[in-house]
Amino acid sequence: MNSSGIIQLIVYVGVLLALVKPFGWFMAEVLDGRWPRRKSWIGFPERLCYRISGIDSTHEMNWKEYAFAMILFNAVGFVAVYFILRLQHFLPLNPEGFANATPDLAFNTAVSFVSNTNWQSYGGETTLSYLSQMAALTVQNFLSAATGVAVLAALIRGLVRRKTEGLGNFWVDVTRSTLYVLLPVSLFLAIALVSQGVVQTFEPYVKATTLEGAEQTLAVGPVASQIAIKQLGTNGGGFFNVNSAHPFENPTPLSNFLEMLSILLLPAALCYTFGRMVGDVRQGWAILAAMVVIFVPLLVACSVAEQSGNPRLSSLHVDQWASPTQSGGNMEGKEVRFGAINSTIWASATTAASNGSVNAMHDSFTPLGGLVPMWLMQLGEIVFGGIGSGLYGMLVYAIIAVFIAGLMVGRTPEYLGKKIQAFEMKMAALVILITPMIVLLGTALAVVGPGLEYIAGDPAEVKSNLNNPGSHGFSEILYALSSAGNNNGSAFAGLTANEPFYNILLGIAMLIGRFWIIIPVLAIAGSLVQKQSTPAGAGTLPTHSPLFVVLLVGTVVLVGALTYVPALALGPIVEHLQMVGVR
Amino acid sequence: MARNVYSAIVLFVMLSLVTGGLYPLVVTLVAQGVFARQANGSLVQENGKIVGSELIGQEFSSEKYFWGRPSAASYNGAASSGSNLGPTNPALADNVRAAAENLGATSDKLVPVDLVTSSGSGLDPDITPAAAHYQIPRVAKVRGISEDKVRRLVDSTMRDRTLGILGEKRVNVLELNRALDVLASVK
Repeated sequence: MNSSGIIQLIVYVGVLLALVKPFGWFMAEVLDGRWPRRKSWIGFPERLCYRISGIDSTHEMNWKEYAFAMILFNAVGFVAVYFILRLQHFLPLNPEGFANATPDLAFNTAVSFVSNTNWQSYGGETTLSYLSQMAALTVQNFLSAATGVAVLAALIRGLVRRKTEGLGNFWVDVTRSTLYVLLPVSLFLAIALVSQGVVQTFEPYVKATTLEGAEQTLAVGPVASQIAIKQLGTNGGGFFNVNSAHPFENPTPLSNFLEMLSILLLPAALCYTFGRMVGDVRQGWAILAAMVVIFVPLLVACSVAEQSGNPRLSSLHVDQWASPTQSGGNMEGKEVRFGAINSTIWASATTAASNGSVNAMHDSFTPLGGLVPMWLMQLGEIVFGGIGSGLYGMLVYAIIAVFIAGLMVGRTPEYLGKKIQAFEMKMAALVILITPMIVLLGTALAVVGPGLEYIAGDPAEVKSNLNNPGSHGFSEILYALSSAGNNNGSAFAGLTANEPFYNILLGIAMLIGRFWIIIPVLAIAGSLVQKQSTPAGAGTLPTHSPLFVVLLVGTVVLVGALTYVPALALGPIVEHLQMVGVR
Repeated sequence: MARNVYSAIVLFVMLSLVTGGLYPLVVTLVAQGVFARQANGSLVQENGKIVGSELIGQEFSSEKYFWGRPSAASYNGAASSGSNLGPTNPALADNVRAAAENLGATSDKLVPVDLVTSSGSGLDPDITPAAAHYQIPRVAKVRGISEDKVRRLVDSTMRDRTLGILGEKRVNVLELNRALDVLASVK
């Protein structure tokens, strides 16, 4: 890596950390109900929403009520997306006259956006109408993110409150995080992106005649409004097929910086929110420190791998070295304005968070450069992670870490004064086992046959799902399942996934990966909230200390490595050995 | 139960109207009011005709123009795509070899990597300054303009990193070629 690359890494991480406190502080105000104040005029639209929907905003829900409301709300969202996509041909705002989505594609996309995954089985500008992009996808970008924040708020209240059942009110948490956090920040970001050249229009696609006289059609649309929230809400589902590699979605280095910042902004800030809500900001900083400690080395590893270029090309008279006139590195699938470094910062951030947007094609990364994003997803999307979901996942790991520490010294483990007992541990074990099961079993199912070939076209012919031979083909499948199971949404996009087998398999993986995690998490919250808080004693492990950070990092890395190293060995690691071995 | 279902549906509809209707509408109004050129695609016009967008790359194959990067989408602005070829895929090496030969690369004259690899979007509007410099002799010869003049033109259209920090140095191919046409016409 050259000095410019190192500076860009430092600037990125530095600005991100500087924004954690102000944003985290504000979100705590919103989630604790201190801002806006009860009767203030700013809260009028919020109160109107409750009045029309017949919601009693003061009602405290127990964990089962909370989970039930969450599932209902998401089910409604699923149905809405499914039918908008199925009927888009008959609906307005479809200037390109796109056909209705097939049932399997509509199912996959509906699950994808409801579960905050935003796996793109469709190619945006060739498949979806403006109405589908706005009313189906943009709406879910907001609401799935708000759902994540709500569940996190419930878990935090479970840790804070004593001897009660109430975890807050799901409707209130969703509405407030949408109206006061996601909406204003998105509005601001969207306008900033337009100033850089991101398009925002309802006009049909533009026809141009190029300098050499060819016809070129330029896809446009209401892009900026969707891009802003897809970055902020750890969604990642882009307007265009190639997501934020597309110049109309991400035109300049500055737009790129803002979008990269938005990927991790709210998930990182929520750590501070957490600290503030539990009344001890050191607890939040400790969690954030653990995330940064895992993130930075992986980010550097990915950057070094990509900046080193592809040894297979060195004998072909290609100059891959960085110099004052070129950024160099492995440029297949990358854009010149971003170069290798901004592509790897993005790739690491988008997979650390469960964002899944891309500004370069991960499929064309070097084996080790591609291993980093894959493993960051496989860690369970808890290093920053999805908005809300990342932190509640990390808190489950914190519970496991104190449990392991408790075993070492022979004491009942506690976290933030709450005793961790058999029920919590059972639920925590479920959380860390469910995703690897879907990912590894799903991959196994796909590679034994059904995921290798599909039938398409007229006349029908058998085609391969894989775009690359050998171990890289296996990586494409493993990446897809890791992405879906962990609700990331990025892809080794060479894999043809828009066909019934993958649409259904990945749809199921996304559903399980989202809701079968949320329910045990809410169950933990429901159990903790009923407990008395025990004062810290001499034998209590302080959970804001560097020792705890090390323990937490160790737990996360160990579980992630033990689970996935065998599978990774068959994919990127074999490919790396092949790449450096054969010249 | 029934009450909860009612609440879920009505709240969903209300929040949909705000986030899927009002929000994109407000962004569009502001965008069209304040940044109309960018919001409509940063279009480039010549004699009242749209020749493209400064942000979207287009195909250049004529010897008299600077060429952009290989594109897996054939520069189709309505269907973006990368090649998604893995690093060890023989097809990638074949593509790169063919592109390098087409550009006359030899072991003494290495071709900059961006000129022989396809971009992420298939619509990359830029090439690196190195890639532009590489093409100067060919363009200057076909155009009958001195290499020095063409080099000065390339360097004057080069864009630096934003604030000297963000992104990478680059040359916008459409902008460069249009400036080249102007230079050739006043020669």
